[in-house]
Amino acid sequence: MAEISKDQVKHVANLARLALEEEEVEKMTKQLGDIINYAELLNELDTDDVEPTTHVLDLKNVMRKDEPKEWIKKEDALKNAPDEEDGQFQVPSILE
Amino acid sequence: MTNFETVIGLEVHVELKTQSKIFSPSPNAFGSEPNANINPIDLGYPGVLPVLNEEAVNYAMKAAMAINCDIATDTKFDRKNYFYPDNPKAYQISQFDQPIGENGWIEIEVNGETKKIGITRLHLEEDAGKLTHKDDGYSLVDYNRQGTPLVEIVSEPDIRTPEEAYAYLEKLKNIIQYTGVSDCKMEEGSLRCDANISIRPVGQEEFGTKTELKNLNSFSFVQKGLEFEEKRQREVLLDGGEILQETRRYDEQKKETILMRVKEGSDDYRYFPEPDLVPLYIDEAWKERVRAEIPELPDARRERYVNEWELPAYDAGVLTSTKEMSDFFEAAIDAGADVKQASNWLMGEVSAYMNKQQVEIHDLKMTPEALAKMIQLIEDGTISSKMAKKVFAELVEKGGDPEKIVKEKGLVQISDEGQLRDIITGILDENEQSITDFKNGKDKALGFLVGQTMKATKGQANPPMVNKILKEEIEKR
Amino acid sequence: MSLFDYTLKELQDKLHNKEISVSDLVEASYARINEVDDQVKAFLTLNEEEAKEQAKQLDEQLGENPSILYGMPIGIKDNIVTKGLRTTCASQILDNLNDPLYDATVVEKLKEEKTVTIGKLNMDEFAMGSSNENSSYQKTRNPWNTDYVPGGSSGGSAASVAAGEVFFSLGSDTGGSIRQPAAFCGVVGLKPTYGLVSRFGLVAFASSLDQIGPITRTVEDNAHLLQAIVGQDKMDSTSANVDVPNYSEVINQDVEGLRIAVPKEYLQEGVNPEVRETVLEALKQYEELGATWEEVSLPHSKYAVAAYYLLSSSEASANLARFDGVRYGVRSEKADNMLDMFKLSRAEGFGDEVKRRIMLGTFALSSGYYDAYYKKAQKVRTLIKNDFEKVFEDYDVIVGPTTPTPAFKVGENIDDPLTMYANDILTIPVNLAGVPGISLPCGFSSEGLPIGLQIIGKHFDESKVYRAAHAFEKATDHHKKRPSLGGEA
Repeated sequence: MAEISKDQVKHVANLARLALEEEEVEKMTKQLGDIINYAELLNELDTDDVEPTTHVLDLKNVMRKDEPKEWIKKEDALKNAPDEEDGQFQVPSILE
Repeated sequence: MTNFETVIGLEVHVELKTQSKIFSPSPNAFGSEPNANINPIDLGYPGVLPVLNEEAVNYAMKAAMAINCDIATDTKFDRKNYFYPDNPKAYQISQFDQPIGENGWIEIEVNGETKKIGITRLHLEEDAGKLTHKDDGYSLVDYNRQGTPLVEIVSEPDIRTPEEAYAYLEKLKNIIQYTGVSDCKMEEGSLRCDANISIRPVGQEEFGTKTELKNLNSFSFVQKGLEFEEKRQREVLLDGGEILQETRRYDEQKKETILMRVKEGSDDYRYFPEPDLVPLYIDEAWKERVRAEIPELPDARRERYVNEWELPAYDAGVLTSTKEMSDFFEAAIDAGADVKQASNWLMGEVSAYMNKQQVEIHDLKMTPEALAKMIQLIEDGTISSKMAKKVFAELVEKGGDPEKIVKEKGLVQISDEGQLRDIITGILDENEQSITDFKNGKDKALGFLVGQTMKATKGQANPPMVNKILKEEIEKR
Repeated sequence: MSLFDYTLKELQDKLHNKEISVSDLVEASYARINEVDDQVKAFLTLNEEEAKEQAKQLDEQLGENPSILYGMPIGIKDNIVTKGLRTTCASQILDNLNDPLYDATVVEKLKEEKTVTIGKLNMDEFAMGSSNENSSYQKTRNPWNTDYVPGGSSGGSAASVAAGEVFFSLGSDTGGSIRQPAAFCGVVGLKPTYGLVSRFGLVAFASSLDQIGPITRTVEDNAHLLQAIVGQDKMDSTSANVDVPNYSEVINQDVEGLRIAVPKEYLQEGVNPEVRETVLEALKQYEELGATWEEVSLPHSKYAVAAYYLLSSSEASANLARFDGVRYGVRSEKADNMLDMFKLSRAEGFGDEVKRRIMLGTFALSSGYYDAYYKKAQKVRTLIKNDFEKVFEDYDVIVGPTTPTPAFKVGENIDDPLTMYANDILTIPVNLAGVPGISLPCGFSSEGLPIGLQIIGKHFDESKVYRAAHAFEKATDHHKKRPSLGGEA
């Protein structure tokens, strides 16, 4: 039986940059645990000699020519920015 | 007292100068105003997809081949997941377990000794945007650089001294520049370097704990940072302390490395194969096509200069230190310049000028053809070496045709024997005493007569000829 | 009878003969939305002003040989980006994305065909869900009985067509998100072969599984809409370069001699008896039409749901990482440093199901678990894909139910993720294998809720899928029934 601890949930939440309230951590620990337990089903299968599938179609070498193209106007780039200054996106700095 | 051995490995990022970005058709240009070269793909807008730029792959292969890597036949891209405002998708498209190039090496020379430094891998990825920190608690993001094709070149931990690290970087830059895939300008960020350094007691097999140096803005800061770190680590260990796995930066003012953060375990980037890009299959034909485009590399050129053109090894090294210099040199020779003369001019006057003005060869107004022409004018006696310096000064600043400059400045040398003989006869007639002095063994007297001749010809007389005619005419008297 | 009860061909004739105008169609669409959408709640954003203006222009410009889709009112799922038209994926984190700056390739293609975009359709947030209860704006209801869910995640797309609000719609399908709501709402929904339709401009959930597809009232209309959106796209590296047949022609071939495989796993326990009976009836219908069917096995079916949740959540954890409050979307007002900007914006902007999947995916990819979960699931995906390939060596199509049960009640499964996930047990394997699958109405439950028949083909064999679906539709009347939502539909 796979177990997932609250600490693991907190670690994963940090990796995923999700702030979780303590009660959300509780709930998530239970629900993730259930889902991961369910996923243990896959261990019934011997897959040692099976190749993993990333792409369902067998496509290779899809590339484009090195040609620059205009697309959007500069002012559109910042159109949806939550915060901007001097034509740049503004974000709060890292807490030092 | 324990003797320590230093172990250094370098990670070098080089931006490739394709026309467009690696996964989007935005222009790949340096120095534009912020956020001018971006589109929804670079901004990681919902729904956008990457499409690989073929030229970026070719460039990466070229670089990998030039540093003697094996080129992968099957390769692919992976997502490297981390959050940062300059990383718009919160994953960087990179290569994890199937890099384009592996198992390469380059040769460096330190204190006259040649050493091979192994290269673990070269992989292709996208560059991030640029974050500028302000002092009001906010930072600004410019995504122009986002999506610039980048190769990461990771060395083996074969480097043993900061000096070797410097030599490795010089050599790597030199080679990559020759391939033409990057400018490798550290000041523009098209070449960046992180250094890993650890020390261990001589004879010990396993590596010591390493620290990583970041924010190294020049090759000499890499060297200085490593020298500082080498010393710091030794002192810590000798004091009975412990080296922590840290990221440190080099402070150029304080001339020391400063702790940025202590690493706890390794970062978890959760790499997985990029589902939006299909794998690459690089067959022999493709590899050969790219290989055929790689120009002669610096080591091969240097050897050719020594073996075929009989230049001293040192001179050959200087002339091939940048592709620009070497190309200029060869173009001058193609235009008819004497090999030795061209070499002397480039290593002498031209290098001195570039150093003084802090410019590069491409900033010079003088063309290789003009240099060749000027050298020919010296050889056929049209101008003296002294005049040539005046011609050069004009040529390097303003460019133009050396022959024209010679004429405009009235620098043409008088090499007409009859004309010179008439002038000299007149001078001798007026300076009987000097002839007597010379005949009495006062060599200085000849110098005086040469001076008089030059004065009479406003410096345009061909000096060797003046010497010769003077002696002949004095004999006759 | 509503205008939308006609087929595309009939409507085009009427347009051509000036019996109706594009403006009539567009007006009819908005009139119906006004009439029933406060019950159905299918639309998140309406494009009314632009659509009416466009209709006027199309009426003026109507030429001799207009495209078959000319002037047709269409609804677009809200995870397909539309330039100048709000696109939220039913998520608070994109609440303010009023102009996503560009059109998805499918939207560009539809513009070339001169369809009229009526509005953007509700869905489960970021397409994660099977009931539309995960929308952060509203819960779309099943037009056949508004106590029931319309299915998901393309619940708005299916419900709007079933309710007669638009002529047809586009949905997206990652694990059944077109076929399951089509089945619940009694309409025709196709998930094309992976790579047939460009994903450029489809807000990614699970990149290796997502496909855009058409939802319509009839198979023939479905074929027409698919025709308009297929084709290799240089903006999507995973879109395939394949010859595309004329679907609306090939569907007319009969099914005499068609070899049908019926996976025993698709009729086993867990499948509601009414659904099983209805599907068996449908198979009888096929026998009458000259097709043959045999029971086969897709032995790895029971592993599909687990593999799917690991793979789709892993990809989603990366795909949804870009919603960080930096360049677009909503940034938390509480954040005063960078880390909090990320954590709080995402915590406030995403709903529970999205968070759960991001967590699952992040876990499955994290150091020490990658091989056991993500890579294992990729290997099981290979086995499932092989199952299908093996069956298609001997059979033309696979037929079974689309869902184990008809629509369930709003609120019934909401607190139990695993039960909710089990809903997709019959549709998920199709996405894992990348093959095409359609759902079309094949009957009704005793409660009067539609039951969907799923027909699955091999890679790029949409023709046979359509052919089988069309033959069944012609022989039956299920598709002609209409929900009795307020007034005449």
